[in-house]
Amino acid sequence: MKVFVPVKRVVDYNVKVRVKSDGTGVDLANVKMSMNPFDEIAIEEAVRLKEAGVATEVVAISCGTTASQETLRTALAIGADRAVLAETDVELQPLAVAKLIKALVDKEGPQLVILGKQAIDDDANQTGQMLAALLGWPQATFASKVVVANGKATVTREVDGGLETLELTLPAVVTTDLRLNEPRYATLPNIMKAKKKPLDIVKPADLGVDVAPRLTTLKVAEPAKRQAGIKVADVAQLLDKLKNEAKVI
Amino acid sequence: MSNYAAPVKDMLFVMNELAGLDKVCALPGCEDVTPDLVESILDEAGKFASGVLAPLNKTGDEVGARWHDRQVTMPPGFKEAYAQYAEAGWNGFDCNRHFGGQGLPRLLSAAVREMWKSSNMAFSLCPLLTNGAIEALELSGSDVQKQMYLPNMISGKWTGTMNLTEPQAGSDLAAVRTRAEPRGDGTYRIFGQKIFITYGEHDMAENIVHLVLARLPDAPEGVKGISLFVVPKFLVNADGSLGERNDAYCVSIEHKLGIHASPTCVMAFGDQGGAIGTLVGRANEGLKYMFVMMNAARYAVGVEGLALAERAYQKALAYARERVQGRAIEGSPAPVAIVHHPDVRRMLMTMRSQTEAMRALAYAVAAAHDAAGRHPDPDERQRNQAFVDLMIPVVKGWLTETGNEIAYLGVQVHGGMGFIEETGAAQHMRDARITTIYEGTTGIQANDLIGRKLAREGGATLKAVIVMMRQTQAALAGESQWSRIAEALGAGIDALEKAATYIVAQYGADVRTVAVGAVPFLKLMGIVAGGWMMARSALAAGRHMASGSTDSFYPAKMASAEFFATNILPQAAGLARVVVGGGASALAIPEADL
Repeated sequence: MKVFVPVKRVVDYNVKVRVKSDGTGVDLANVKMSMNPFDEIAIEEAVRLKEAGVATEVVAISCGTTASQETLRTALAIGADRAVLAETDVELQPLAVAKLIKALVDKEGPQLVILGKQAIDDDANQTGQMLAALLGWPQATFASKVVVANGKATVTREVDGGLETLELTLPAVVTTDLRLNEPRYATLPNIMKAKKKPLDIVKPADLGVDVAPRLTTLKVAEPAKRQAGIKVADVAQLLDKLKNEAKVI
Repeated sequence: MSNYAAPVKDMLFVMNELAGLDKVCALPGCEDVTPDLVESILDEAGKFASGVLAPLNKTGDEVGARWHDRQVTMPPGFKEAYAQYAEAGWNGFDCNRHFGGQGLPRLLSAAVREMWKSSNMAFSLCPLLTNGAIEALELSGSDVQKQMYLPNMISGKWTGTMNLTEPQAGSDLAAVRTRAEPRGDGTYRIFGQKIFITYGEHDMAENIVHLVLARLPDAPEGVKGISLFVVPKFLVNADGSLGERNDAYCVSIEHKLGIHASPTCVMAFGDQGGAIGTLVGRANEGLKYMFVMMNAARYAVGVEGLALAERAYQKALAYARERVQGRAIEGSPAPVAIVHHPDVRRMLMTMRSQTEAMRALAYAVAAAHDAAGRHPDPDERQRNQAFVDLMIPVVKGWLTETGNEIAYLGVQVHGGMGFIEETGAAQHMRDARITTIYEGTTGIQANDLIGRKLAREGGATLKAVIVMMRQTQAALAGESQWSRIAEALGAGIDALEKAATYIVAQYGADVRTVAVGAVPFLKLMGIVAGGWMMARSALAAGRHMASGSTDSFYPAKMASAEFFATNILPQAAGLARVVVGGGASALAIPEADL
């Protein structure tokens, strides 16, 4: 069984992001970039499926600029067998990414696509769902446990009320939550080998996908600064403020 | 708790702009090392250092290694971390591919080891000693010994130690008394006591391979009668499986000022009939083999100074940004973070600029070491080796002395909180303290520098280095942005030249007076070499800015170089005066009247 793992190159989680002075977006110049942490969990899960003998091949996919090759090399170092980059300089939105992945799925026929539930840059939480819809496949989002056997995936999901377990018939799309696994550290021999694993580059046009943005960003702004707190004299005053000022009760 | 983040960007800058990574990559055997590979190795090593090793640093300090019943229990988490470290293949980083290593260049391993040391110095000593033992066996061991020990040591399954010191034989190894008696079958029984044996016993690996200096029955007195033996904790059967427990036991461990998690062992060999060992290389040549290793170990300890400086700086900077205390000296409506105060800025820049200078010098020496070992042209090999030999005592001495100064400043930036152990700044200061002592004190390094490395060859190698320094000075000239750096570097080189000329001229005639100035000269040389590296950094940063880079890294590098030039380099002139004129007074009072 072939498994696809789409991975996104994002601003590293340690970086304190800054909004560009003209408000058109986040300043990405000279900022450290890494693999989206949710996607790292997805790669780990796929590699574990391969180690367990369930998957036969793990293919890492990325969509974006040529720099995304670095992110794919990280996926290869964790244990993906090969990688494909759908390369474009166009700003990609979730629908375009889902279409690109769908085109690659149609070409290669994986039985399972595992990806992060969202990317930590835009927090859109859409690509997996859109992909499942485009493919007409079942989906299980926010997975905290995945068991694949006999053509089915049994997925435990984290939902508001607790845990929900779904059984999907493959092929299917699964998106990962934080507690699914703890990604391994890449080993030195695997980092060295990653360089020699195949990494193919395709263009959106070759896949017949129009990636032009459908949404327009009007303005990006920093969140409002937190106001200083105040001390209340007693519980009565606290309740009064919660009711009349904060209007939360 | 402080987090450690590997300074990958500065590491890459130093490698690319100062240490000649491209040239190292072009050396035979390094063809697979490409810039993108270097970056991913540093990124992944950085993740491991921050995620696995750094969180154990404080536990290691607080709990420490524990001795009971001739066994050592490591602090919680160390055994698991070591297993992860070995599993991930980091141990064989620059080891021979033939025995399972990755054969990567020393320039790269210098950076990766800096990360291990920054994140958890006590942990890093175990692989450091193993690597020293690997190197000794590889250079001098027999094929049987190599096959028996190297693959498992390189994979990290077994660790290694170096057993040199005895109670009466510290800096002077001629006094070694441990005996080796031939058993008649090619093996030996070893009897004696060794002290200060780092990781002589622990619970992280299934076997420990001790390299032991001892005397054969007919050995001549002094240094010419010392042989090297390999003595495993568990004897190794012909099929590679582990056999009997050898008669080599840890009888106690030391209670130390720092590096608490690193067990410093008293080792007893042969208390129950003799520890069985085999001879490494030829009889009576043990010290020669040890010296090869000692250079590597001295370099590595120098990097410890750098690594602790980096960690102390990161911690101090984070605290200075967050601690709000006092109004600005020029006036402010409200209290400000202490990073705003000029004196705190002075301390932080003293830490930062010297850390950067130390890294630049250390990596440049590592790159020269690669060229000395791998360059196809014998002249190039020889030229690079001479540079390495000259600089090893400077890397060891100056980096560790400065590392201590920086760890001290790290405590100072924290104010009263720095004196509280819970804060963690004090640990770096305590851990740093050993670095100027072990593998040869600063005094020993300085004597090596002025004697063997300078006077013996009439200062030839240093003169060649000074020519390169002058070239950098010339490259800075004429551009106003670099004028202060050029001026300070020029004065520093003048001071270095003056002091070196004095040492070469007077060494034979009045060695005692000259030797008083040995450590000041070592510091002088470190400061000028560091200033040279920072000047080269400024040139490189200027090139990037001129070609339109908007990365704030480059102006910051320029500022750091200028701080070094205007705040650190001026010490050079004073130190030169000390070297030339300070010796006699130190010796003036008769010993009895001291």
